[in-house]
Amino acid sequence: MSILRMSKTLIKNLLHGPFTIAYPLKKKETYERTRGSIGISIDDCIFCGMCERRCPTNAIRVDKARVSWSIERLQCIQCGYCTEVCPKKCLDMENQYTEPSFGTVRDVHIKCTNTQSPSES
Amino acid sequence: MGNRTIVPFGPQHPVLPEPIHLDLVLEDETVVEAVPRIGYVHRGLEKLVEKRDFQQYTYVAERICGICSFMHGMGYCMSIESIMGAEIPDRAKFLRTIWAEFSRLHSHLMWLGLLADAFGFESLFMQSWKLREEVLDVFEETTGGRVIFSVCDIGGVRKDIKKETLEKILGVLDRMEKELTEIAGVFLNDSTVKLRTRGVGKLSKEAAFELGALGPMARASGIEMDMRTQGYAAYSQLDFKPIIDLEGDSYARTKVRLGEMFQAMDLIRQCIGKMPEGDIKVKITGSPKGEYFTRLEQPRGEVLYYVKANGTKFLDRVRVRTPTFANVPALLETLKNCSLADVPILILTIDPCISCTER
Repeated sequence: MSILRMSKTLIKNLLHGPFTIAYPLKKKETYERTRGSIGISIDDCIFCGMCERRCPTNAIRVDKARVSWSIERLQCIQCGYCTEVCPKKCLDMENQYTEPSFGTVRDVHIKCTNTQSPSES
Repeated sequence: MGNRTIVPFGPQHPVLPEPIHLDLVLEDETVVEAVPRIGYVHRGLEKLVEKRDFQQYTYVAERICGICSFMHGMGYCMSIESIMGAEIPDRAKFLRTIWAEFSRLHSHLMWLGLLADAFGFESLFMQSWKLREEVLDVFEETTGGRVIFSVCDIGGVRKDIKKETLEKILGVLDRMEKELTEIAGVFLNDSTVKLRTRGVGKLSKEAAFELGALGPMARASGIEMDMRTQGYAAYSQLDFKPIIDLEGDSYARTKVRLGEMFQAMDLIRQCIGKMPEGDIKVKITGSPKGEYFTRLEQPRGEVLYYVKANGTKFLDRVRVRTPTFANVPALLETLKNCSLADVPILILTIDPCISCTER
């Protein structure tokens, strides 16, 4: 009967249980390439400013004088262009998203040098 | 002649998350005329080309639409490559074709779900979207993004697909094909579904041609028009024929889209079988100078890209003509003389993407 075409699928689904993941208890696995957020190993950074110039959304700020690299998390679109153009390859794409937030979030990374410690700046 | 009433439809309507407004002129329960109005999600993406250089704009072009994002990026990159006279490697062409066909699969599955939702068949809607998840997982594994891929670049693609992943994709396709066959049977043969789609919103071949309908809308009315036959990307090396139907009603449009989904799976299999080894990108130096028109087939129909470059990093003009815009006149034609209850389904059968249309 053409009205009962869906029944086979429905019965199969009933026996199978939910296809969705019970989120807070079980987290979805990420893949190697999953684009979550931009990370930096600040010690390798030479503050050339290439990522700042190439970023399509102007989310990145590089300050050579203060040896600081910062990113506006909610402005970043995770395109990965900065990780490609970085000459020292110190930027990388991490698999996890950043925490949700209400306001703007600017993550600032400051390089430790001999003359300056992170607490001073 | 009965009393005429005007019923506003949208911009917010449960059946369609996108903002299109229609003034429906009714005579009793029958629609006599529909007056469309768009302009609720204009973002000025074409103007943005003056502020972002031509390489950065690749990422902007992708974000014109959330569903056919890959093909927007591809259309833009193809235009720039043609202006600069760059020939991209064969492997990149095949990779682009694989992602383009997966996008078609994902777009049509989403559309099927929305259609089922429009006539109130919730479990069919869930079933279609469950299948779509598998496609999104393939996207995430191969590109890193589920909706916006950021893999298409001027001169090729940015990421390769490994051999093991390609084999895994073949497994996913086999599994999906089996499940899709089950759903397709419901869409095409279930009597309750047929009651809502068969004979509703007929568009004759002449009307479709005259009103400039595109994509599955035109093909369901019997016009054999598919830009993939031009042979861009790797399509010239693949074996396929545009799927057409002669009925021109909502049922025919569903049938054409279902056929295209099986065809997309077949094309992906062909691509994986014929994929050559080699580079995935050529280096592009300098800035483009000149202008170019690109036409390519998106899930919703033909998209037209016009790019004008002046030899600097910033382009003069980018113009996109999206398929939904071209399909709106055909939609208004099908709305005439339909009943008010059929309006949501008819609007859905053109597979509208208003965000693309307004950019």
